Amino acid sequence: MLLVEHFPVLIVGLAMFCAYTMLLAGYLNRKLPFFISLAMNCVFFIMSLFVLDHVLNVGPIRYWQGGWRPPWGIEYVIDAMNAYLLVIVISIVILGLIYSRGNVKSEIEERKHPTFYTLVQLMAAGLYGITVTGDLFNMFIWLEIASLTAYALIAVAGGRALRPAYNYVIMGSVGAVLYLFGVGWIYSVTGTLNMADMRLLLPLVYDNRAVQMGFAMIVVGVMIKAYIFPLHLWQPDVYTYAPSTISSMMASVHVKVMFYMLMRMFYSVFTLDFIRHYIGLDLLTCWVAAIAILAGSIWAIKQRNLRRMLAYSSVSQMGYILLGVGLSPFSPWGLVGAVAHILNHAIGKGCLFMCAGAIRQQEGLKDIRDFEGIGKKMPYVSAAFTIAALSMIGIPPTAGFASKLFLILASLDAAQYPFVVILLLSGLLNLVYFWRVIDQIYFVRHEGTKNAGEAEGRGKPLPLSMVAPTLILAALCVIVGIIWLTDIPLPLLDRILSDLRMGVTI
Amino acid sequence: MELMTPLFAILCPAIAAALILPSRNHPNIREGWTIAASVTMFLLVLSMAPVIVKGDTIRYVLFQSMFEDIYIGFKVDAFGEIFAITASSLWVLVSIYSIGYMRTLNEHAQTRYFFSFCFAILGAVGVALSANLVTLFIFFEIITISTYPLVIHEQTPEALRAGHKYLAYLMPAGAFLLFGIMTTYYLAGTTDFAPGGIKSLANASPVIITVLFFAFLLGFMKAAWMPFHSWLPTAMIAPSPVSALLHAVAVVKAGVFGIVRIVGYVIGMDLMHELGLWLILAGIAGFTMITANLFAISQDNLKRRLAYSTISQLSYIILGAALLTKDSMQGAMLHIPFHGYMKITLFLCAGAILVATGKTRISEMAGIGKRMPVTMLAFSIGAIGMAGIPPVCGFISKLYLCLGAWAVGSPYGIIFLAVILISSLLDVVYFFPIILTAFFSKPMGEISGSGEDKVKEAPLLVVVPLTITAIFSLIFFVHPNTFYIFDLAKMAISDLFGGV
Repeated sequence: MLLVEHFPVLIVGLAMFCAYTMLLAGYLNRKLPFFISLAMNCVFFIMSLFVLDHVLNVGPIRYWQGGWRPPWGIEYVIDAMNAYLLVIVISIVILGLIYSRGNVKSEIEERKHPTFYTLVQLMAAGLYGITVTGDLFNMFIWLEIASLTAYALIAVAGGRALRPAYNYVIMGSVGAVLYLFGVGWIYSVTGTLNMADMRLLLPLVYDNRAVQMGFAMIVVGVMIKAYIFPLHLWQPDVYTYAPSTISSMMASVHVKVMFYMLMRMFYSVFTLDFIRHYIGLDLLTCWVAAIAILAGSIWAIKQRNLRRMLAYSSVSQMGYILLGVGLSPFSPWGLVGAVAHILNHAIGKGCLFMCAGAIRQQEGLKDIRDFEGIGKKMPYVSAAFTIAALSMIGIPPTAGFASKLFLILASLDAAQYPFVVILLLSGLLNLVYFWRVIDQIYFVRHEGTKNAGEAEGRGKPLPLSMVAPTLILAALCVIVGIIWLTDIPLPLLDRILSDLRMGVTI
Repeated sequence: MELMTPLFAILCPAIAAALILPSRNHPNIREGWTIAASVTMFLLVLSMAPVIVKGDTIRYVLFQSMFEDIYIGFKVDAFGEIFAITASSLWVLVSIYSIGYMRTLNEHAQTRYFFSFCFAILGAVGVALSANLVTLFIFFEIITISTYPLVIHEQTPEALRAGHKYLAYLMPAGAFLLFGIMTTYYLAGTTDFAPGGIKSLANASPVIITVLFFAFLLGFMKAAWMPFHSWLPTAMIAPSPVSALLHAVAVVKAGVFGIVRIVGYVIGMDLMHELGLWLILAGIAGFTMITANLFAISQDNLKRRLAYSTISQLSYIILGAALLTKDSMQGAMLHIPFHGYMKITLFLCAGAILVATGKTRISEMAGIGKRMPVTMLAFSIGAIGMAGIPPVCGFISKLYLCLGAWAVGSPYGIIFLAVILISSLLDVVYFFPIILTAFFSKPMGEISGSGEDKVKEAPLLVVVPLTITAIFSLIFFVHPNTFYIFDLAKMAISDLFGGV
């Protein structure tokens, strides 16, 4: 067995182990946990690159825990899809950690720092676990780890964050329980929990009501976690009041991993055949996504609090990914769009939430209408915000443009023309609410208020540890956007498509 | 022929933009970058012309995209080269003018101004050199976004409203354009410009082609055809050099450039003729020519009057393309640079008047010819050219348009010939009063000896560029082949219609 084949389990195991080490180290020195976490995640990042390379060049990694064969033992399966996701998750976690270094001081009291970092590390471990596992019940365990830590991390600042955290606990638990019930129903029919095994056994019992019921429960449960409209109600408050680092991490990767569960369910456990012919979810998914795209944008336009606006924008952007999945039975470009948008939205929205946090920390501003003159006071953050916002709108050559292109092509290919209109319209709605912010940051000037703003004095300049990750993500928006236009990602996409058994290549 | 020149040309403004930001505290160095980049870019663009005149095209593939048969890259053909030469040569002059204008008026945010300007030009030249619709779209959106800070430069609520109107028109246009491009790709499997139209598009059903045509037409709203024109006069709130280069040349010409590309290189003349789309396009153009000129007559603000004149003149180009004859097409192609030079002269004059006297209204400009003889002489040259009167280059392009309309034959041809002539007559109606009041009427409430009739021109950096553009407007009449323009136009026509 090659060393690289141990990497997935090492990443997950070490991530858990180092979380507990961090807690202990925190008693010695409050600064230690951060460095342990950062160092370990950098190691994971390198490991994940090796894993991705191995998966692309050799083939999927199948790792039997403790040498127990599936379906008895737990199997970790890494194919192109989750190797790709793993790299994204780990890199965003690293950037989020660096960002938190300058940010936590202003939002969380110092005695809580070791626990905060421990929880972040645990949440990351949960996300890595969901990403690599090939077992439905094991996935539930990691889901619970990732969710419970998220509940705690949202509440950690106390005060106004408590209520949204409590809402999320309720809604999230309902989601998790639905998932578990669903897995139980399917298990009762197939007698296995291994995804690959289940895929072999299930086609015989597609007609079975228990299987269909189980599938429905899993889908709804995961949709709550991934805040697909109209199950998003817990999310705007959470993103508005959680610590900035956590909002940024949750919006960029937490939700992507939750959504990844849905994709696994669609493509690896069940098949598109089941989704199309047994329960007829294909077009329905597209329309749910379309409504999510429009509703999220329209609600975002109504918001005045920047982070709440970004939260609704996330609801809309998750619709893009769901639309890609919904179109995938008709056209491979749909899945390409979804896969691409997972990355594009992760970097774009991560950057925007970091900017929102930075503006709040330096200038103490949350309301978009107060943002006058930010462009002068915080040039780097404003530039990053503008680039990421352009990416959300879908201006070439940023990342968002590529997603839009793929999805439009998918809709045309699938002969589902209404979605072309919806995608283009959504770009314009995004323009409306993001441009308002850009206008306020750079261009709006009111006479009189200018002096008042200067009299308040500027806050402390931001530390490099906050500006650098923001700028890196903004730069990535452009770099990734250009890479998506080239043919460099084609091998990866081909591999993802074949690993998810789409049976076609592009 | 594979050459990296198009890439280098595009990189010039990008590099300049990157250098402008760090040198924001040293105005002279900052403007130095702009000048250096503009001159380099112009020379690079011009260096491609001799190759193209020989009938070769310059291709440079930046990278293959993941879509089959779409690459991001440049293909410089004769028509693209005409637009590229127009935009890049005028950028040199406008850069010089901008320095004089912005410093004399002591404008704020000059770094932002020069930075955005670089990207706007990058977009315009990129559009000119693009090999296919996808590349064109990328540069098209860059133009839209980068000109916004220029339009709202004043940052007053009024300017912001104008900016919002600007985006409210042009961003939906971008969505239409993207729709058109993706549909083209879906139908034809390629988006490369092919002289005479993309062959595989001919198999699509007429209804879809018609939908496609309208999507493109709405997508190229930058051409300011009526009734989707009102963003252009509103955008005149921008500083004069911006209005000059962007709203008389780069932005709006990118729009008409796109329409000519669609007519000649995507949908193709045969399909346009077969489906009767040419008549729709020509009808829109003719309507715009007359109506915009009627609007222009009632404007008192000089820049707004020029804006309506631009709207009308742009439709000459659209009409030339729509008539689908060799001569009309050549007239359209020639009108792009010729109108560019004449209109920029007019806008620069309007800016010079603002700098020297602070006046923006025509009614206040009585007797201004005595104070600013050079400026008003240049203005007169531009105005004469607009009306198509020799010895200014507007005559040549309009002559070709008229010949083209005549060649159409049928009652339609005669109607459009009449439209061109009436519209030119209207040009005379609203331009000549300006010249008359400027030179021959006395300022109102003049107190003799108040110094009003002393010569007091705008600063040299402002006056010299507009003099040069005026002189070029004359040179183009005497020698239309300056900068290879005439040969390029002939080359483009032989590309389109096959053989000379």
